[in-house]
Amino acid sequence: MEFQSILSAATGGHGLAVNPWASVAYLVAGVLFILALRGLSSPATAQAGNRFGMAGMLIAVVTTLLTHAPATAEGFLDTVGLVEILVAIAIGAVIGIVMARRIAMTAMPQLVAAFHSLVGLAAVAVAAAAYLNPQAFGIADATGEIFTVSRIEMGLGIAIGAITFSGSVIAFLKLNGNMSGSPIMLPGRHIINLGTLAAIIGLVAYFTFDQSSWIFWTVTGLSFLIGFLLIIPIGGADMPVVVSMLNSYSGWAAAAMGFTLGNTAMIITGALVGSSGAILSYIMCRAMNRSFISVIAGGFGADAGPSDGGSKEQRPWKPGSAEDAAFLMSQADTVIIVPGYGMAVAQAQHALREMADQLKKEGVTVKYAIHPVAGRMPGHMNVLLAEANVPYDEVFELEDINGEFAQADVAFVIGANDVTNPSAKTDKTSPIYGMPVLDVEKAKTVLFVKRSMGGVGYAGVDNDVFYMDQTMMLLGDAKKMADDIVKALSGSGH
Amino acid sequence: MDFIAIFSIFVLACFVGYFVVWSVTPALHTPLMSVTNAISSVIIVGALIASAAAGSASSKWLGLAAVVMASINIFGGFAVTARMLAMYKKKER
Repeated sequence: MEFQSILSAATGGHGLAVNPWASVAYLVAGVLFILALRGLSSPATAQAGNRFGMAGMLIAVVTTLLTHAPATAEGFLDTVGLVEILVAIAIGAVIGIVMARRIAMTAMPQLVAAFHSLVGLAAVAVAAAAYLNPQAFGIADATGEIFTVSRIEMGLGIAIGAITFSGSVIAFLKLNGNMSGSPIMLPGRHIINLGTLAAIIGLVAYFTFDQSSWIFWTVTGLSFLIGFLLIIPIGGADMPVVVSMLNSYSGWAAAAMGFTLGNTAMIITGALVGSSGAILSYIMCRAMNRSFISVIAGGFGADAGPSDGGSKEQRPWKPGSAEDAAFLMSQADTVIIVPGYGMAVAQAQHALREMADQLKKEGVTVKYAIHPVAGRMPGHMNVLLAEANVPYDEVFELEDINGEFAQADVAFVIGANDVTNPSAKTDKTSPIYGMPVLDVEKAKTVLFVKRSMGGVGYAGVDNDVFYMDQTMMLLGDAKKMADDIVKALSGSGH
Repeated sequence: MDFIAIFSIFVLACFVGYFVVWSVTPALHTPLMSVTNAISSVIIVGALIASAAAGSASSKWLGLAAVVMASINIFGGFAVTARMLAMYKKKER
């Protein structure tokens, strides 16, 4: 009894205010999480930041194990219970580490979506456990009556957690190609969605008067449902926003559980992750010139298929070969490479880096220009280039490099299309009007690697860059083209 | 802790998050997502409390299930972040 009574003596009022040392430990964990994100301000400090994060997590877990060790009825340590917990951690560790080691960098968005779904489901499980055994969480009085504030926190926690889970499952299936990326539009979906949301809010409010289990489980069920409904109408092109948004939700779910438990580490982390996801969503929306509301409403890309090419008059364009490209680039002072997701799909990043190495040997300055939506999630292209051993100080963001195209001799566009389309700046009728684009048309020569002249980008619009006098179209597979250019370069160099 | 104290921490942490995240370089936005994913699994704290508590078997098993899920995220999230960050290299020379 001794062991338990010390703990319960320190538990005052709301939540689980355990002993002061535990509170300090959770605070330290929260601060370490802040430092983990702070480290990401530069690649030089990022690895140290990641270790701060691990240290914070270790402190949080050990503190909880010490203050909430499973106890037998006599108050002694329940070793079987402890072993069960450690086995659960070990199972998770093995699965997590295997996933982290095996995942291909191109599949990063799916992995993150899968991880988000687990955070959501874990939050649901914790909220349900707290509901079933409220006294263990210090959120109920002796009669089992759950405190009003805790009921709201718990209701919100389970709702956000369930939405995060089911939304992330759909996002995962769409990103992984198990489900078509095209939006699925239910008739009257706005009314269904708003009705479901209103029902969830209404039931959470009612839950404060009546803690019956049917209310709790109905909120859970409806929240799972709304998560599915919210994400199915969102098209593949908007997935970077969706992944960021779900990142934010997983944070708010953790924060809501932190309120229930009165735990500072959880609240600080939830707030950090929630703001992080929200900021990334905002950055992605801005990069695609889409309003957050229109992404949520869904439907973008529903008719993005190649719009009837027949009606468009055939404009003349200039084809080129790998040898032409090699010659032009080897004569240049500056080459700016504009990679897009098509480059990653073709697995051309290593060949591309070899090409850049060859050019650097010949005294050419090579830089990479990254559009924020070049990959499938925020910063994805930077990871793909880093994996191919491209030094990060050769890689520049749109706003940092856009002024340099005018001085560049060659802009080498590979696997990108919409993000170079100048009509986004000039043509008010264009579906991508207003989207920030890379000013490749200002370079002296544009080399545009593309599979064929027929295909169009996500937005389904033609790109004037193809038909400019200074543009040479290099038609073919991105990897093969990069390989051929490398061969041509090494042939001429010696 | 009373609600207002917790709420104050929450609001201040939102501001800290806002400023810290804007200072993250866009080149590291993917590792940012994977690491936030790992740290949001601090809900393992709640899962551990549920797994250790006596009184409700279903609550305990939900807790253990949540411990497994959160652990996948914690280990997977930190490991994949470390793997990505190790790839970022500066120019030689």
